Amino acid sequence: MSTPEQREIIIRRGRADTIFRGVIASGAMLSLVVLALIAGFLLFRGLEVFKDFGFSFLTGTQWDAGSGDASAPAHFGIAAMLIGSIVTAVIALIVAVPFAIAVSLFLEYYAPQFIRKPLTAILDLVAAIPSVIYGIWGYAILMPKAAGWAKSLNSWFDWIWIFKVPAPIFDRSPFIAGLLLALMVLPITTSVAREVYSQAPRDQIDAAYGLGGTKWGGIRTVVMPFGRSGLVGGAMLGLGRALGETIAVYLVLNLVFKVNFQILASAGGNVASLIATRFGEATPYELKALMAAGLVLFLVTLAVNAAATYIVSRSRTSA
Amino acid sequence: MTEILSPVSAPAPQKPWRHRRRDWRQAAIMTSMSLFGAWLIVVTTGLAGVLGAYVAFAIVFPIVAFLASLPYGQKTGQDRMATAVICLAFSTAFIPWVSILFTVMNKGRHAFYSGFLTTDMLVNSADDPLNVGGISHAIVGTLILISIASLIAIPLGVIAAIYIVEVKGRFAGYVRFFTQAMSGVPSIVAGLFIYTTIVVVVFNRFNALAGGLALAILMLPTVARTSEEVLKLVPDDLRAASYAMGASQFSTVFRIVLPTIRSGLITASILGVARVAGETAPLLLTSQYFVKFTTNITSGPIAALPTYIFANLGVGSANSVTRAWGGSAVLLSIVFILFILARLLGGRNIGSKR
Repeated sequence: MSTPEQREIIIRRGRADTIFRGVIASGAMLSLVVLALIAGFLLFRGLEVFKDFGFSFLTGTQWDAGSGDASAPAHFGIAAMLIGSIVTAVIALIVAVPFAIAVSLFLEYYAPQFIRKPLTAILDLVAAIPSVIYGIWGYAILMPKAAGWAKSLNSWFDWIWIFKVPAPIFDRSPFIAGLLLALMVLPITTSVAREVYSQAPRDQIDAAYGLGGTKWGGIRTVVMPFGRSGLVGGAMLGLGRALGETIAVYLVLNLVFKVNFQILASAGGNVASLIATRFGEATPYELKALMAAGLVLFLVTLAVNAAATYIVSRSRTSA
Repeated sequence: MTEILSPVSAPAPQKPWRHRRRDWRQAAIMTSMSLFGAWLIVVTTGLAGVLGAYVAFAIVFPIVAFLASLPYGQKTGQDRMATAVICLAFSTAFIPWVSILFTVMNKGRHAFYSGFLTTDMLVNSADDPLNVGGISHAIVGTLILISIASLIAIPLGVIAAIYIVEVKGRFAGYVRFFTQAMSGVPSIVAGLFIYTTIVVVVFNRFNALAGGLALAILMLPTVARTSEEVLKLVPDDLRAASYAMGASQFSTVFRIVLPTIRSGLITASILGVARVAGETAPLLLTSQYFVKFTTNITSGPIAALPTYIFANLGVGSANSVTRAWGGSAVLLSIVFILFILARLLGGRNIGSKR
């Protein structure tokens, strides 16, 4: 008996379905369109500034609207702000990632069964705390404390260059902004890490136990290597969040137009905060420069997020 | 006469994992040793206060745990130390959040009086005593902004999810990817974009519609992502049954699939609302802040809770900062209530038999 040939499946769609699929498809494309529009409009508005300053818009550190005539021309360069954004975001990740690993391991492997669900729900809940509330708390509660910590760090590790300060003022430093951002990115990084850690192959963990290994042995040899790429993705999602954060940073960071790597000093930079600070009193020309700065910030965060999404989704499918 | 069987001496059940008295004693000794070590550190170094003592304890405890379990082998020591570090890191991570909750509620409490929720700030300055003025304008403004954003973002988010899961179109992968990438758009950039387009070109003034649009950009990815997750939970049997009855895809989606996940979609919407309810930066660029109670969405600025907090914080006097804390307490309560609502609705098993 010969096996019957597989029949060709023909889908005939009615008119209603064709219209339906068309409408849904065009609606779904809107997110792409909006992203393109954002990039397009910011480029369109900021083009004049890009033309006038060229590459020095990215490498210059001066931000001066000038007086409007030839005697004091405007200078716009976002290097100090861009580097400042990266510095605070990196500080945030250095603080947040170890905690994210510990919290997610605790939730997946150490916490008693009955408190896992409530704790996960609480973690989702704190992820929804508005940034302005992080900001007001950071300003009123965290900053006085963190300034004290910064002072101690400075007195102990004075010999490390990045912990030096030009003047003994520790308020509104990149260090404090980084700590606040760490708190803000911790929920998202943790939730991604928790998800990949929970997918670690159970049989391999059991095998580690069977060989007489301890719980930590199983985590170190099975769970952590398994979750590494997912953790990187989660950290990058956090990085994107930290780079784009505006109001919280605005409230705890002193913007100074000078590249500064001394993280305890009261001088930092942040593109998003720059836009929020200068927007109110900007001249038309400066507004264009802010649009250009917004475009740079948009492209940087988009690249970081796209890479993070790619890594996370790949670590999901490989699981 | 029946013979009573002599009871078989069954072995008493052993529970080797149960904590015995010796374990408790050991734990007590370890903890007191760590407390002593922490006390030594607090006395001899710059660490001070409750927080300093906690940090000192967090440093000492894992080391003591390691040393105490060394007699059982190095591996056990490492295991105990890792357990101690992970548990301590977990509790440390929660300190700031508890502090935020406590501070906001504690400081916000002072701003409340009988009229706080029902008056606006038109005739008062932020500096006035705390028994005049209120946040009615900000609450209503936030509601208006959120409604506009929801009207735009929820349908579009659900449509994106339907495209990815139901239609499975050619660009489904791209739509998914870019919707995710959109969640990373910095909020201030969304504000800037709406400012250059809607505020400058269309209306030539700050207004609530622009604010709502900016929030919609930020809300869309959350709604799309959550809707996608719940759509995937719908069992394929339902779709197959619907098609077998001769239904078109259109009626399958709208009469079978979407009603099945109604509660999931509500959860998605609420999560989206909670995501944007506290956004400040885009509103500063689009709807600004206004002290008067208003419901006009196209002509002129409008207040919102986040911008109310920001504006009052900016004034900087004792009373205005207390007002900002009061606004924060209200905003945080709203976000949390929305979130818990979403949890309660989403907690029901989606698509399962009743």
